[in-house]
Amino acid sequence: MKIKKNIALSDTGFIFNPSTGESFSVNPIGGEMLKMLKDGKDKDAIRDAILEKYQTDDATFERDYYDFVNILNHYHLTEIDG
Amino acid sequence: MDKKKITVAVTGLNAVDNPGPGVPVIRALKESDYFDVRIIGFSYESLEPGIYMHDIVDKTYQIPYPSAGTDSLLQRLEYIQEQEHIEVLIPNFDAELYSFMKIEDSMKKLGINMFLPTFEQFEERHKVNLTAFGKKYGIKVPYDRAIFSTSEIFGLTADFTYPVVVKGKYYDASIAYNPEQVLTYFNKISSKWGLPIIIQQFVYGSEYNVIALGDGKGNTVGAVPMRKQFITDKGKAWAGIAIDEQDLLKTTRELIAKTKWRGGMELEMMKTQDNEYYLIEINPRIPAWVYLAVGAGQNLPEALVKLAIGDEVKPYTEFKVGKMFIRYSWDMIVDLGEFEHISTYGEL
Repeated sequence: MKIKKNIALSDTGFIFNPSTGESFSVNPIGGEMLKMLKDGKDKDAIRDAILEKYQTDDATFERDYYDFVNILNHYHLTEIDG
Repeated sequence: MDKKKITVAVTGLNAVDNPGPGVPVIRALKESDYFDVRIIGFSYESLEPGIYMHDIVDKTYQIPYPSAGTDSLLQRLEYIQEQEHIEVLIPNFDAELYSFMKIEDSMKKLGINMFLPTFEQFEERHKVNLTAFGKKYGIKVPYDRAIFSTSEIFGLTADFTYPVVVKGKYYDASIAYNPEQVLTYFNKISSKWGLPIIIQQFVYGSEYNVIALGDGKGNTVGAVPMRKQFITDKGKAWAGIAIDEQDLLKTTRELIAKTKWRGGMELEMMKTQDNEYYLIEINPRIPAWVYLAVGAGQNLPEALVKLAIGDEVKPYTEFKVGKMFIRYSWDMIVDLGEFEHISTYGEL
């Protein structure tokens, strides 16, 4: 799963899709996840980073990760949305 | 470098809730680095706001409606040209274009240049001919049909699935969910714009528009795609954003190359959930949101004036993605004397 190359993400969590003109806001942890995805990190690498930084467990991460990725797909922000 | 002095006449001063492109076209010309413009406004009604915007319109003359015929239009233009020295006219209404195209040669003799589509271009992109147009140029268009009588409405279910879009010849479009609604819109729109009424299959998706300028030889002088962000109940963009959509730009350039489009145009496209574009309409003129293109780096009205007088035009190759426009309304205070003057003398 890759984030489209042209998607812009600012430090404030503002996302802009220049192809569609759509914009979105994510909270700080959403921004962190998105940045890691944009940097090309895979799910395992993101899990390691999140588990190290936040008090959460593997199962919670797994659920939240797929929720988040589904939302990204839904809004056509990923390469695999077809 | 000294700017080139030029007098340009512009119609479409109706900066109302369904705005004409006149005022943004004038703003674009006023900001030109190449031209020093004097603006002559052409109006049809005494309450068109542009008439009273003296900081951007130097003088306004009322002109007769297209329904009055081209003879009276030409007569009026002859009178106006005796007072002014208009070098270029930019008509901004679909409904008046045909009249101006008809008298283009006579206007040229008066010294007034335009840069309009040819009759063939104007006709083949017409709403009534859109299906054939799509077929000829390989662009997907929603299925449509022109109807001339209310008796045809109840038979539409054979070819269409509701909802459908009910469209006027020049303006107005409403979405109808059943035959009764089609009947209502048929009567409403035909009483204003005449027949036929076009029934178009409704396409679900997001609306994208492109403003473009063709040089008449197949080259695209400029093009900016926009996505509507805020839409009024008349379907007009009240806010929009310049986007980087290469598919749309490619379609636009190909269309201009194939048709050798001459002048300004607006492509109205619908993008479906399957990422397919359908051409909904082509407007053969500059759209009211033209100032977004100027803000994004393409002064297309300036380029159009250059084309009209035969000056060299360098095509725009880029624009600033993410530039937005947000429209607003503004109450002007106007003295009764001014309203009286334009109403009585037809000029201000």
